[in-house]
Amino acid sequence: MAAEAHTSSEYIKHHLQNLTFGQHPDGTWGIAQSAEQAREMGFWAVHLDTLGMSILLGALFLFLFRKAAAGATAGIPGGLQNFVEWVVEFVDSSVKGSFSGRNPLVAPLALTIFIWIFLLNLMDLVPIDWIPGLMAALGVPYFKLVPTTDPNATFGMAIAVFFLVLYYSIKMKGVGGFAAELSLQPFGKWGLPANLLLEGVNLIAKPISLALRLFGNLYAGEMIFILIALMFSGGAVLFLTGGILQWAWAVFHVLIITLQAFIFMTLTIVYLDMAHQEHH
Amino acid sequence: MNINLTLIGQSITFAIFVWFCMKFIWPPIVNALDARRKQIADGLAAADRGKHELELAARRASESLHDAKQKAAEIIAQAEKRAAQVIDEAKTAAKEEGDRMILAAKAEIVQESHRAREALRGEIAGLVVAGASKVLRREVDAKAHADLLEAVKNEL
Repeated sequence: MAAEAHTSSEYIKHHLQNLTFGQHPDGTWGIAQSAEQAREMGFWAVHLDTLGMSILLGALFLFLFRKAAAGATAGIPGGLQNFVEWVVEFVDSSVKGSFSGRNPLVAPLALTIFIWIFLLNLMDLVPIDWIPGLMAALGVPYFKLVPTTDPNATFGMAIAVFFLVLYYSIKMKGVGGFAAELSLQPFGKWGLPANLLLEGVNLIAKPISLALRLFGNLYAGEMIFILIALMFSGGAVLFLTGGILQWAWAVFHVLIITLQAFIFMTLTIVYLDMAHQEHH
Repeated sequence: MNINLTLIGQSITFAIFVWFCMKFIWPPIVNALDARRKQIADGLAAADRGKHELELAARRASESLHDAKQKAAEIIAQAEKRAAQVIDEAKTAAKEEGDRMILAAKAEIVQESHRAREALRGEIAGLVVAGASKVLRREVDAKAHADLLEAVKNEL
């Protein structure tokens, strides 16, 4: 039992470890062969799997949509163009519904977020041992297929959105206006410290909630897939149960990955809308 | 699960993707959609206009049909009138011609009868003279009684 528990925990840990490239404590550069080595690399290391999958899927998105955009005519649309137009109209109507200002950045931003995160999340539906197994056969020690289960990825996007919120807050309201918004409400100028605290938390909560919501959902989903996968080694009955569970969870997960992509997009639009508004 | 440079890498990747999308993907698609929307609106407007024009044309057509019918009726009426006139004229002319012919025939008949009477008269006078001369061969001298015979002939 102890040995099995050990291998189970190792299996889980293995699946939760990113492929990390960085500087070893001894000064050489290379790929971390264990979780400890990855931790010792500190901040100046990159997750090759996260970035690689992100860039690959992002490039796929841009390639497909660019292809449709380059051939876009007002005539009868083909299959790809039809699909792309449908997505674009969906995003456009979401933006028009939530964003009251005029900013040519917001709609493309929302489209990128929606499709990119959807594709990143979609990797969660690939059976969890396929790609790591393939990579292991190629000699790569770790490979985490789903970038959105890496907080670096979700925080990376959330922070980019956060900077946009700060930029447009200052651009639309001026430094003074933004500072006043942070410090002079809700309690007026005599409650300035309390205002600053509340509004500060409010502001900081935006990127953190964005990033953690996406990360948490996908990480939990991935975790459940890993736990279900553990059942496959437990005999015929458990194997069958595991198969059914995995299928059921995958079906449910289709909803989650779409929903999370949509929520990330919608909240980004809403946050940018708040940054553009000049009331108070 | 370590926070590291991946964070910044992801942010930069994200920014580049958004820039690309904003520059090369969003505008052409939205333009195409707008253009198509406009095309459809134009098409619908053109269809409406066409329908309106069709109505006008139908109205015009029925109007000219009505006119044509009226004109045709007028022409027929005129033609009938003219035909009646022609028939009347022909009747009159025929009657006149007939009358004239009757008159001419009558005149000829009168003339013929005159001529016949003259001839008969001549013949009768001859016969009478011949008869009388046979009777009076000796007593009557044709020369001596020529005056008398002429008077008798004229009385016949």
